[in-house]
Parts: sequence; structure tokens; C-alpha cells
Amino acid sequence: MPKGIIETVVARHRKDRTRLLDIVRDVREELGRITPEDTALIAASLGVSTIEVEGVVTFYHFFGNEAAGTYAVYLNTNIVAAMKGSTAIKAVFEKAAGVPFGNVTPDGRIGLHETSCIGMNDQEPSAIINGTIFTRLTPAKAKALVTAMEAGKDIRKLAVPLGDGANASKVVRSMVHNNIRRKGPVLFAPFRSGSALKKAASLSPEDVIAEVKRANLLGRGGAGFPTGLKWEFCRREKGQPHYVVCNADEGEPGTFKDRVILTEMPHLLFEGMALAGYAIGASEGVLYLRGEYAYLKPHLEKVLAGMRRKKWLGTGIAGKRGFTFDIAVMLGAGAYICGEESALIESAQGNRGEPRDRPPFPVQNGYFGKPTTVNNVETLCAAARILAKGADWFKTLGTPRSAGTKVLSVSGDCKKPGVYEVPFGLSVASLLAMAGGGDARAVQVGGPSGACIPRAQFERAIAFEDLATGGSVIVFGPERDLFEVVRNFMDFFVEESCGWCTPCRVGNVLLKRELEKIMAGKGTVRDLEEIEAWGKMIKATSRCGLGQTSPNPILTTLQNFREMYMAKVDAGRAFISEFDLEEAIRPAVAVTGQKPAGHAAEADHE
Amino acid sequence: MSNIIKITIDGRECTARPGQTVLEAAAANGIYIPSLCRFEGLKPAGSCRVCTVRVGGRYQASCTFPVSEGMAVESAVPDLEDMRKAIVEMLFVEGNHMCPTCEKSGNCELQALAYRFRMLVPRFPYLFPKKAVEPAGSKLLMEQNRCIKCLRCATGIRTKDNKKVFGPLHRSVEKKLFVDPALASALPERWARKAMDRCPVGCILRKEVGFAVPVGRRKYDKAPIGSDIEKPRS
Ligand SMILES: Cc1cc2nc3c(=O)[nH]c(=O)nc-3n(C[C@H](O)[C@H](O)[C@H](O)COP(=O)(O)O)c2cc1C
Ligand code: SF4
Repeated sequence: MPKGIIETVVARHRKDRTRLLDIVRDVREELGRITPEDTALIAASLGVSTIEVEGVVTFYHFFGNEAAGTYAVYLNTNIVAAMKGSTAIKAVFEKAAGVPFGNVTPDGRIGLHETSCIGMNDQEPSAIINGTIFTRLTPAKAKALVTAMEAGKDIRKLAVPLGDGANASKVVRSMVHNNIRRKGPVLFAPFRSGSALKKAASLSPEDVIAEVKRANLLGRGGAGFPTGLKWEFCRREKGQPHYVVCNADEGEPGTFKDRVILTEMPHLLFEGMALAGYAIGASEGVLYLRGEYAYLKPHLEKVLAGMRRKKWLGTGIAGKRGFTFDIAVMLGAGAYICGEESALIESAQGNRGEPRDRPPFPVQNGYFGKPTTVNNVETLCAAARILAKGADWFKTLGTPRSAGTKVLSVSGDCKKPGVYEVPFGLSVASLLAMAGGGDARAVQVGGPSGACIPRAQFERAIAFEDLATGGSVIVFGPERDLFEVVRNFMDFFVEESCGWCTPCRVGNVLLKRELEKIMAGKGTVRDLEEIEAWGKMIKATSRCGLGQTSPNPILTTLQNFREMYMAKVDAGRAFISEFDLEEAIRPAVAVTGQKPAGHAAEADHE
Repeated sequence: MSNIIKITIDGRECTARPGQTVLEAAAANGIYIPSLCRFEGLKPAGSCRVCTVRVGGRYQASCTFPVSEGMAVESAVPDLEDMRKAIVEMLFVEGNHMCPTCEKSGNCELQALAYRFRMLVPRFPYLFPKKAVEPAGSKLLMEQNRCIKCLRCATGIRTKDNKKVFGPLHRSVEKKLFVDPALASALPERWARKAMDRCPVGCILRKEVGFAVPVGRRKYDKAPIGSDIEKPRS
């Protein structure tokens, strides 16, 4: 009985409203669906209104308020997936399953769904089926998958061959490949467990912060805020307790470096979290892991258990009295906005992932309203390495303003897609040479919210003072239609807007329509002026970083590839009607069987 | 900390109290910053963005942004006024607003702002979404064509034991506000009326009470929006 199952699940989570995402996930898993009746039962068991639970369920892509299929296929449709053939894969799935995407087969067995970037850009086309990742899909493989699903096979067994490194371990058993192309000294060098924690424990919390500040560590999640300063602000806050949150939402299309770090260097990350906790005076940490990476959770839990056994987590860490810290892993459920730190906190509290107003900032008012530092996976790893090897050593890497290395996720039209740990200051051209993408027409640096740059700018450096990036680098070869790229990115923002504020919720839809009008050859020079003006306005008035950057795909291509737009617009005309008379009267013509008298109709149109 | 903060708004010297938002401080000094989602007495959502101002070159929603000493606020400048107008236009094209047949006409804050900004035709194409009129429990209707997602209902209408009666569903442009039907049906009459009156547009409607005050004698028929705050300038 659904009622019994739901009550058991809710009880397992101690009737805790803040665990609503976990509750919904478990109920979905046990019932294979969430109907409005199920939502109402969850609400009743938690003692909240149905609209509150429905609001959360419908916010997340992987929850949706319906059945997803016994086998729920989520095919990645981002631009790189499309470049690598996801359209053909999509057709194969549809033909074999007999239903179009967005549907479940009549027997409820197979559901076909599209999803945005799942963090596998270096091995597209890819899909997630019931949490299991399938990479490098081919039409034959897709067909075989459908056959296997129809036969009711265990989907996990079909994920072969296994990937490299920890991907092939018993706990992970995933097809995913690390594709580490270049190891640098900060992230991917060998690390002796405990070395960062021992060093931290030998210092006062203030001195740990001082060391991180001295190293000039800037946040790797995109915004580049000085990490030491963030920790200092947080430490000074009076509210108790304090929390450390690790942002492993990695949602920016084209980035996948955190996935590789989580797979190969989780012990480095967890030491970073623990010493951050020591620095800011927190004993609890949360790792917020994007739902797409759920397959890594058992692996992370196992590493955590090992660290607890060795006393690198728990009480008396590194033999120091009062150094207490532990980490819980929480899962997202498919929402890019949950990478924004305040939305992430809302989501971790079991709510819709909607950003908060700032100020107050998370260091003042974070997880459960308490002082919280939110840091990216790579930032926390770098902090651990800084403690282990010293700020002076760290500063010998990179540029004077951007110390250290950056882990880049390179994908698209290049021979060696994968993860590159490089010192800051490296030029785009050098990176392309390493990755085998020398003939690129354009490179998208920093994902859709970053910038699309032309060949003429390939000498620019990857650094906070020049091309800042959270790590996503997508290469577009000479033949690529950048309009398709821009459209794909705008689709992404339209879909991922949390919908809270007007300019982002409505404005992105309007931008996309205007772009499509131009792409269809129906734009004029005036449309170019308008789309630019609208884009600037949306950036200015949006409430959070998503809307403040979502017009960038259009704005940066307008700036850097203007000729492409000029070729599409009719420069001689001030106005082109979007109205298509033929199309408008087609239904009437079909019903009446009469054709309009040609001249009269045309005269009206003029 | 001193109890009086000095700020300027468009060059005018104003005084404010610590903890006030820019919008509140402006109003207290007789300066109207147009806003739509804000409702006196409710925690501001900052959802409509009509009240956007510029502080130190950065854009902020004045309904949520706190004042600080020496702050110089730009508000009634041409580019900001145009952005505000554009946001109102976006809300018009996002829904289906047929003012002449709307119960709220004359009391509608969206309409009143459109008049204030002298909006004629939106610069954006209409999206003409398919939306429905939905029963929201036994007492209320929700005319989804008119909802502007201000979140006043979600923030302000609760049951006695603090359960949310209204709330958002979905995200992106698919977002919509709806109710817990059982809780909405159980709302006392006074609160059902409140839900309707707090809705800035004609989305939430109390069944069976339409057009009690005739069009032409409604709030903004008498005086334009903001005129209660703006002092006549000499
Ligand atoms: C829409 C949006 C998405 C974001 N996604 C991520 C993300 O996936 N991972 C991340 O670390 N930071 C992301 N950020 C940045 C975070 O808000 C925050 O700045 C970061 O986690 C801070 O960590 P850092 O200082 O270590 O970089 C995102 C920001 C925005 C506005
Ligand atoms: S900018 Fe977009 S994502 Fe951010 S609050 Fe507004 S609607 Fe939500």
C-alpha cells in the first residue's frame, strides 16, 4: 500500500521536513512514481500543506510530478552531446521504445526524458538510466539498451566496459572515464592522508586562515572570492553553530572536473572541508552532490568511513582535543540553480532551490540561518594542499594575481577531451594545442554564462584577471554553426531559471524568441539593437547570478561574431513582418476547403 | 551606532533608520519608488524587480536592499525608468491581460503602473500562453492568465497553525501559484477576502463577489499609483 510505504519512508527520515528531497527520492524509488495522491500523503505525514510538498517535487527535474518509467532514461541534450551525435541516439531510443521523448511507454516500463548537461562532456553522447551512467553511446548500444530494458534486465550490469581508476572499483562500477590529460601539483599530485590536517592542527584556526589568505586562494567555483577572507568573515560571526558546505553541484554546462576530483581525490577534498571547519569553528560539513553524480555517493561514503576509522574525521582529529568534524553527503535532484550558493542552501534544507536575497550573505545567514562558508570542491582541495605544502610554494604557481593551478574541463571539437590541471596564465592557444583543438573557430570559456571568444583572442590567458572561468572550456571547430550553440545555451537558461524574478523568468524566453527570429532570417538591424538592449536589461535587473549572466551567449557572440548576425539580418529593411498569412489561414482553408482569392488576401497583407 | 542614517536619492538628501530598506526610506522621505510585488507588512520577495535602483553602480532591488550611511541611490533616472517599464511590459506579455473584462481593473497595480509608465504597446512580442481559470478550493478562483508571480499570496496567507495555503509550483516560465485546496476551502471569510485584496492583479478572486465597486470609482481611477507617497514638488 502506498500509504504504508510512504509513512515508513517519512518515519525513516524522522518526519523531518528538511529531509524532503530524500523523502521524495525514496518514495519515488519504492513506488516508481509520485502522483498528487502520494504528494498529499507525504504532506500529511509531515504535517505540512500539500502545496508545499508539490512545490518542492515539481521544482526538481528528476522528481517531476508523474511517473518517470520503471526505467527512466535521461538523455543529455546539451550542445556537446548534440555535436557528438545525441540526435541520432535520441531517434534510436524513440524508434526502439516506440514513444517520443517526454513520454513513458504504455506499459510504464521505459520513460524517455531529455536533460541538460550531466557532467560527461568528455564522453558524449551520454545518458543516465535509473542513476546509472552510460557514456559514449552508439546507435547499436542504445538499441541494445532498449531491448535489455524491455526484458527487465538489471540496468547496472549493462554499464560496460568499466572506466578507469576508481570508476572501475567495486563500489563505483561505472563506465565513466576520468580522462585526466594533465596532472598538476595542486589537485592531482599524490597526497599523503592526514598531511594537511596534521599541519592545520598544529596551528591556531586564525593561523590556518592567515595561511590560506597569504596563498591568495580565490574561489574556484566561478566568482573568485578570496577564500581566506570568506573564512575569516564566517569565523567572526556570533551565531552558532557554524557550517562548512562543499558545492559539488557542478551544473555549468561543459564542466566535469569536480566529478573527476570526487572520483580520484575525495580524501584531499574531505581534509580541505575538515580544516575549513577547524578554521571557521564548525564541526559539521555538508557535501551537496548534484543528483547526476549520485553514482559516486557510495564511493564518497566509503572514503568518509575510512577517514573516520583513521581518526581524520570525528572527534580529536589529528590528535587535537576539540578538533571535531564530520561530513554528510546530500543529493540534489536536477536543478542548475542549486549551484548558486544560497539556492544550494535552500535545497539542502529540503526546499525549492530558490536563491535568497543578499545581503545577508551565507557567511552571516547560511545553512539553517547559521554562519556558513560555501566553497567549491576544487577550492577546498587547494586549501588542503596549501596547508600541506605552504602558501609560499602555492604562490610560485600561476600568475601574481591568480595563484595556483586551475582544473579545466575541455570538451567539444578537440582530439583529447578531458581534465587538464594547468597553472593560471596559460593561453587559450596553448590549451588548444595540448587538447588537439588547434583549428577551433571559437572557444566557450566559462560555460554558457561565460564568453564565446574568436581566434583573434586565443592569446588571452586563463586567469582571474583575464578570462575567468569555473573550468568549462568548449571547443567549436571551423564548421560549427554558432547560432545553434547560442540557441542551445538559451534553451538551457530558459529551462533552468528558477522563475522567481521577472527579467530572468520572462526575459530569457523573449531573448530566445528574438534570437530565433534573427536565425530565421526575419530580423533587421533594429532587432540586433533590441536583443542587445534587452540582454543588458536582464543582466541588470535579475535577482541572482543566473539571470545576471544568462544573456551572455547572445551578448558575447554579438560582440565577437557580429558578422555572423549581420549576415542573417536584412540590413536594407527596417521591418520584416513575422506574420505569415498563408500559415495563419491554413486551418480555415483546411476546414472550408476554399482557397482565398489571391489578390484580395495579398492586398490585405500589404 | 547612530539612529539616523544619511543617504541621497537622485541627489536629494534623505534620512533613514538602520534596518530600513531603500524603498522604505524613500517612501518616508516622500519619494515613490515604483514597486509591484511588495506589500506593506509582508516580507518583500524581490520578485518583480520593478523597484530596481542603482547604488554605487550596481543594480539592487530597493525593496530588499538595506540602507547604509552615505549611500547614493539613483532611482528616477531615464535608463532605470525604462527598465521598470520594460519589466511591466514583460509581465503583460507573459500573461493574458484583458483589462476591460477584469474584475480588478482600476484596482490593479500592474495596470496602474502601466499607466504611470505611459505604456502603450509592449516592446516585446506577446507570448499568449495557454492558461486556465481554476477553482482554488470552494471560496476562491485563480485566473491564471493574470498571475504575475509576485508571491504575496504565498508569503502572506497562512492557516492559524502556520501552514502555507498558497505556494509556487514548477519553475522557469512554467512556474505557477496554486493552493492546498482543502486549506483554501477552510480559510475564514476574512482571509479569503484578504487573499483577493492582496493579489495586485485579478488572479485571486473571491467567488460570487465580483464588481462590488463599479469600474470608474476604484482606487486608481481616483488617483494614480504612488500619489499617496509623492509629495507635490514645488
Ligand atoms: C547560477 C549559478 C550556478 C552556480 N553553480 C556553481 C557550481 O555548480 N559549483 C560551484 O562551486 N559554484 C557555483 N556557483 C557559484 C556559487 O554561488 C559560489 O560562488 C561558490 O560555490 C563559492 O565557492 P568558491 O568561493 O569556492 O568558488 C554558481 C553560481 C550561480 C549564480
Ligand atoms: S535570476 Fe533567474 S534564477 Fe535567479 S532568482 Fe531570478 S528567476 Fe531565479
